[in-house]
Amino acid sequence: MELDALFLSRLQFALTIGFHFLFPPLTIGLAWLLVLTEWLGWRRGDEDYVRAGVFFGKILGLTFAMGVATGIVMEFQFGTNWAEYSVFVGDVFGSLLAVEAIFAFFLESTFLGLYLFGRDKVSKAVHWFSILMVAVGATLSAFWIIVANSWQQTPAGFVVQNGRAELADFWAAVFNPSTIPRFSHTMSATIIAGAFLMAGISAYLLLKDKETAVARKTLKIGLIVGLIASVAAMFPTGHHHAQQVARTQPEKLAAMEGLIHGQRAAPLTLIGIPSEEPPELNYAIGVPGLLSWMAFGDGDAHVDGIEDLRRQGHPTPPFAITFISFHLMVGLGSLFIALTALGVLLLATKRIDNSRLFLKLLICSIPLPLAACQLGWIVAEVGRQPWVVYRLLKTSDAFSQNVAAGEILFSIIMFGTIYLMLGVLYLFILVKKIKQGPQPLVTKEI
Amino acid sequence: MDLNTAWFLLIGVLLTGYAILDGFDLGVGVLHLFARDDRQRRIHLQAIGPVWDGNEVWLITGSGAMFAAFPLVYARVFSGFYLAFMLLLAALIFRAVSIEFRGQVDDARWRRFWDWAFGLGSLVPALLYGVAIGNVVRGLPVEADGTLNVSFLALLNPYSLLVGVFSLVMFVMHGAAYLAARTDGELQQRMARWTTGAWTAFVALYLAVTAATFFAAPYFFDGILGNPLLWILAVVLLGSIAYVPIAVNAKTFTRAFLASAGAIASLVGLFGLSLYPRMVPSSIDPANSLTIYNASSTPRTLTVMLVVALIGMPLVIAYTAYVYRVFMGTLKSTTEGY
Ligand code: HDD
Ligand code: HEM
Ligand code: HEM
Repeated sequence: MELDALFLSRLQFALTIGFHFLFPPLTIGLAWLLVLTEWLGWRRGDEDYVRAGVFFGKILGLTFAMGVATGIVMEFQFGTNWAEYSVFVGDVFGSLLAVEAIFAFFLESTFLGLYLFGRDKVSKAVHWFSILMVAVGATLSAFWIIVANSWQQTPAGFVVQNGRAELADFWAAVFNPSTIPRFSHTMSATIIAGAFLMAGISAYLLLKDKETAVARKTLKIGLIVGLIASVAAMFPTGHHHAQQVARTQPEKLAAMEGLIHGQRAAPLTLIGIPSEEPPELNYAIGVPGLLSWMAFGDGDAHVDGIEDLRRQGHPTPPFAITFISFHLMVGLGSLFIALTALGVLLLATKRIDNSRLFLKLLICSIPLPLAACQLGWIVAEVGRQPWVVYRLLKTSDAFSQNVAAGEILFSIIMFGTIYLMLGVLYLFILVKKIKQGPQPLVTKEI
Repeated sequence: MDLNTAWFLLIGVLLTGYAILDGFDLGVGVLHLFARDDRQRRIHLQAIGPVWDGNEVWLITGSGAMFAAFPLVYARVFSGFYLAFMLLLAALIFRAVSIEFRGQVDDARWRRFWDWAFGLGSLVPALLYGVAIGNVVRGLPVEADGTLNVSFLALLNPYSLLVGVFSLVMFVMHGAAYLAARTDGELQQRMARWTTGAWTAFVALYLAVTAATFFAAPYFFDGILGNPLLWILAVVLLGSIAYVPIAVNAKTFTRAFLASAGAIASLVGLFGLSLYPRMVPSSIDPANSLTIYNASSTPRTLTVMLVVALIGMPLVIAYTAYVYRVFMGTLKSTTEGY
């Protein structure tokens, strides 16, 4: 691979968005869990929930700051590194980004200040309302950015005119074919990420015999919400999403599923070893007919393979990385269901306190949902290649022509260094906060 | 007024909101470098802690609105100023995390590090905004196809640096007035002195910048001297500038802060008025300039987005005002928090 401006811009985008997307899932998920926790604290007058709220609120604040610091890079990057893309799609894509800022970023950042610093300054009702607005704002921000991304995947509501995509129908662009599947699936993923964080931290406190009254309550919230969200990530949202890919982006589906030659009653591959050129899948084990049935609701339906699509003149994405990422994500998703189901069972039979191995497992699982999120985005984004806007604009025509490769290399090194440092410090502070555990309530004045 | 002009105005409003609101955060950050003791540094962080992120969103919205309404400007300027933007981003990243990180570890060296990160992370943007404006006023090498590429060093020309220092001093004045309004006792007196000091430099630099603009960009004054709007803005500007030291002497610091906000708003207004209808004047050939007409989105997008903005921004302003009301008041330093 050459270190040209195109490659470097892609590397930089993958690096910065991948790093950014470590934090929003945690904040979105945690914000909704705190809406629940604070509600219980307020309505039941139970101090344990209030203390849990303060404790996890601090973690929310820390994580949010990281999301903000890395998000601002994203907002500018389309202009700095993807100028041709911005010119081509600005009429449609730019508006979606602007709507996000107006309807989401203001809401979450303004109310987060109120939530974190205003506990003693406003009534309990207003305080609960403030965390609700943080959660709503974070969800709206996920919604609008996913609308923007979905438009790249399955463009709709536009005409190509004057050398660019021009808006023809705003709502058709917003509710393009992949918006709802992608948004609902991503939301379930963020709830999983938040729930695993809450459950894992609670498990740690239980193991260390610290603040166990609080920890038991948050463990329960984390496991139950985690189970519901994990099931939802597979069914209906993940399944729905895959069906949409089958309909709208057959090249991606073929790569995801490792289907080289199209066939009727196509099998659902469970495992296999892919190799790139010519695309091949070895040692594959699959369930016959299941892919046809999952994708089109008919066990006998024909599904196009990579070779068929190439013959039809459609470029196909890198095969191995799409295939592997997809299977790892689904594998992790299945693991999450098993883990949280076991946890809920232990809760129901009141054996959780003594299941030290399980509690340790929960701690180790904290980063796994984030890994699944990264893998999912790799499926979505690499699986879209070589297009940046599906079947409209190639990635290789989208980058800034007037920026030198050396300048991009410089910025990659700069972001790489800064992000490495921030990542380490974030973990360091997070661990420190977790070790401190929930604190007794004191009324503090600012 | 046509749609394109409405959007020019709206982006002006967003950037003015940013300059006034995040402007005092940046000013506080620069003053942080000169703080006397740890108590004062904690007060700085408390003063902006609950609100700074909401303030920064004005910039994000401004850039999003630019992408939506004038995609050509967004694409050409952001890629043309590549390294300058990367520097700005690095500074904003450090500012954001230092506010969060500083109080997390009880160690003098740790705090020292984040104090510097916060201070420089505020100083660099405060300076760069002015440098960017200076370069736009001088005109940029926009080619006939609309692209431009300016090396980072070329951005640092004397005129633009002068405007950069001017904007830095302006934000320091603004931040000092903000702190004076929110503190009491000895710290308030110190901030009052900083406000007047920065004000003096601000006035001197304002005169220097105006004079330099006559040489660097004479076209900037063409055809607007007869515009009544210019004179209204000029009167507001002079009135606000004159009022700052009066309010400081009378110890009505909130008013000094509002006056400095008025000065910032009218300066942005004057800049916009002279620029209009250009957005990026070309130094190669005026015909290459990016304007609100040749760089804009389609009328349909501009209309849709205008509806979005007219629904969204009043809501934003309403709840922002509410949250400010909750937090404004004199600060006391506590050991908790930052
Ligand atoms: C905790 C995280 C998580 C888990 C457990 C899963 N996913 Fe996922 N998946 C994501 C997190 C995610 C994601 C990061 O949120 C993605 C990236 C793009 C998107 O829409 O969601 C994604 C993408 C994504 C795509 C990519 C299509 C595209 O965007 O073009 C498909 C088809 C699925 N998922 C299907 C599934 C299935 C069948 C799962 C079964 C368990 C599953 N996902 C578990
Ligand atoms: C929702 C908002 C998103 C938008 C608008 C978006 C847009 C883009 C664009 C413009 C590119 C560069 C062109 C290209 O290489 O295709 C890209 C590439 C990429 N993005 Fe996204 N992206 C989004 C979210 C994400 C997230 C959350 C992740 C991951 C964690 C991600 C992972 C990637 C990767 C890995 C690439 C490089 C793919 C390649 O070049 O082969 N994206 N995306
Ligand atoms: C390439 C696309 C993206 C851009 C341009 C972008 C932009 C931004 C910006 C500017 C911020 C800071 C807002 C502030 O100051 O308050 C931010 C934070 C945030 N972003 Fe992104 N982002 C992108 C991808 C994503 C994705 C894919 C998601 C979720 C699915 C997401 C969700 C959030 C959330 C919830 C926040 C709030 C802070 C946090 O929760 O950590 N963003 N983003």
